[in-house]
Amino acid sequence: MDFLSILLDILLSAAFWTAVLRIATPYVLGTLGELVCERAGVLNLGIEGIMTLGAMAGWMAVYQGADLWTGVLAAAACGALLGLLHAALTVPLGLSQHVTGIGVTLLGTSLSYFVYRLVLPQASTPPTIEPFQPLALPGALAQTPLTYLAFLLVAVVAYVLYRTPVGLAVRMVGENPAAAEAQGLNVTAIRIGAVVAGSALMALAGAFLTLSAFNAFFFNMVNGRGWICIALVVFASWRPGKALLGALLFAVFDALQLRLQQASGGVLPYQLFLMMPYLLSILALVLVARRASYPRALMIPYRKGER
Amino acid sequence: MRLEPRTDTPLALRLLAPVGAVVAALALCALLVAWTGAPVLRAYGLLFEGAVGSRFALTETLTRATPLILTGLAAAVAFRAKLWNIGAEGQLYMGALAAVVVGGGMLDLPAWALIPVVMIAGMAAGGVTLLGPAVLKVRFGVDEVVTTLLLNFVVLLLVSLLLEGALKDPMGMGWPQSAPVVEAAELPKLVARTRLHAGLAIALGLSVLLWLVDTRTIWGYENRAVGANPRAAAFAGMPVTRVMLRTALLSGGLAGLAGAAEVCGLKGYLTLDLSPGFGYSGIVVAMLAQLHPIGVVGAALFIAGIFVGADAMSRAMPVPNYIADVLVATSLLCMLVAGLLARYRLRRG
Repeated sequence: MDFLSILLDILLSAAFWTAVLRIATPYVLGTLGELVCERAGVLNLGIEGIMTLGAMAGWMAVYQGADLWTGVLAAAACGALLGLLHAALTVPLGLSQHVTGIGVTLLGTSLSYFVYRLVLPQASTPPTIEPFQPLALPGALAQTPLTYLAFLLVAVVAYVLYRTPVGLAVRMVGENPAAAEAQGLNVTAIRIGAVVAGSALMALAGAFLTLSAFNAFFFNMVNGRGWICIALVVFASWRPGKALLGALLFAVFDALQLRLQQASGGVLPYQLFLMMPYLLSILALVLVARRASYPRALMIPYRKGER
Repeated sequence: MRLEPRTDTPLALRLLAPVGAVVAALALCALLVAWTGAPVLRAYGLLFEGAVGSRFALTETLTRATPLILTGLAAAVAFRAKLWNIGAEGQLYMGALAAVVVGGGMLDLPAWALIPVVMIAGMAAGGVTLLGPAVLKVRFGVDEVVTTLLLNFVVLLLVSLLLEGALKDPMGMGWPQSAPVVEAAELPKLVARTRLHAGLAIALGLSVLLWLVDTRTIWGYENRAVGANPRAAAFAGMPVTRVMLRTALLSGGLAGLAGAAEVCGLKGYLTLDLSPGFGYSGIVVAMLAQLHPIGVVGAALFIAGIFVGADAMSRAMPVPNYIADVLVATSLLCMLVAGLLARYRLRRG
């Protein structure tokens, strides 16, 4: 079979598109979370660690006997807490968002591993839980509830950002905090709120991995997905709808490389295929970098009365 | 009460800040240790003993500190110029890759010639790896944080590809590891019957050298000026782009050297677990040192001690050795706050 017919076969199968939606879900949630933070003017490099903690906390809660949705809530709460830490250090204290974010990632990751090892010291094969099952909705490819939730959240975040006073306030503190202050808005509080909410979304992305996509927690399971989300935010020019599109496009390529990898039958090393998502993200960044319209106050701490 | 920036931070305060941060981190992590049910003071005692309590422990800590000094310097020089190189981990592996290729027997040279060649090859590989993102930054305005982070994953996959393919050791019993470097490429041991190797001397020498360059030469002056305010530096006629690219080569080179030194000094060959995150820990080292080249040595010793000590401690009590990673991360966050407190002072009214 030639390459084109293989490609066509893949693209016409329902299984492929089901996989695309599943692969896209953590990227949709993570990108949405990062987007909310950055729209308020705060870069959150803690995403990788927050996703890891979300994955661990959600799974651990369920493993300890909680039901799946309680696990999701536990993950979101842990993510919100790490987000609060990031916000406390970067917003009122105005510390470097780069370095604080890396610190939050290191903390989130190491805490997750520490707690996992503490509870399960001897687990050589990771214990499993009963994960979310696919749910067939009429006219849709069967997905787990968290995927539907992710797509719903895109609409919610878009609505809140563009159609509500809260969203206007978030965008304003990210573009021109001094003007927001002059309007009587509390810049510090709004930024903290946005980072906390965004971080909770990131943790959901992690929880999806352990509660839907897989049924166990593995070390290094987030595997750079958080960093890819940061690239996707730039690619989406900080718009939720485009973020969804970017995540889907990315998932199409990711699902495609998986299937081409199988179809190639080991002619090419599998590592070449696994590199594609990362190289693709870098390429996307290069393509949009010149036109990117960053939120004006991104990465600039705001202090009252200072210009 | 409000915060007011100091015009000048006294040296005592600059030295006190990391000490305070470390104490705060130890206190915070004591809560975690207590949660495991282990006696906190005894746990920390064992950690300390495991890090410096014997000749063996001490040389292990120094061995572990060697790559950390180099990745710490890599982060420090880059961050000084506001080049956010988070890709030291990947650059380290590229350096290690170059070391096993160049030192793997393709050159028939005596040790005094081969070792420098291999080290320089490692530096070049690391430097070029960071040059890519740096060029993308200055030419296209692509944020280097994300590109360097993503390249870490690409490099690891590349290493995995080569270890299972072209570089695979035919005598390796099927394990994905490279053939060992030739004997002439091995760094000499500093202390007999320990793992401590000449990489430490190289790392120490480089931190002194970088400190001299930083304080005594035009190069160092330009680097600091560009880091402090690139627009002002450009206005003063400094070649901002060139300084950025130069810094990238240097920073990536230091990380690459860390990889080459680990291969030639310690492991002898390359595997996928050469570095337990030395590239990322290097960022913590640089921040604890407040980006000072000499301070990097002290910070690297501390971080190395934590890792080596925690391994010993977790063998004796049911505290997972990931406590070391938590301690390191907490130290970084505490250091950021301590640095702020040192730069500002509280003013009433």
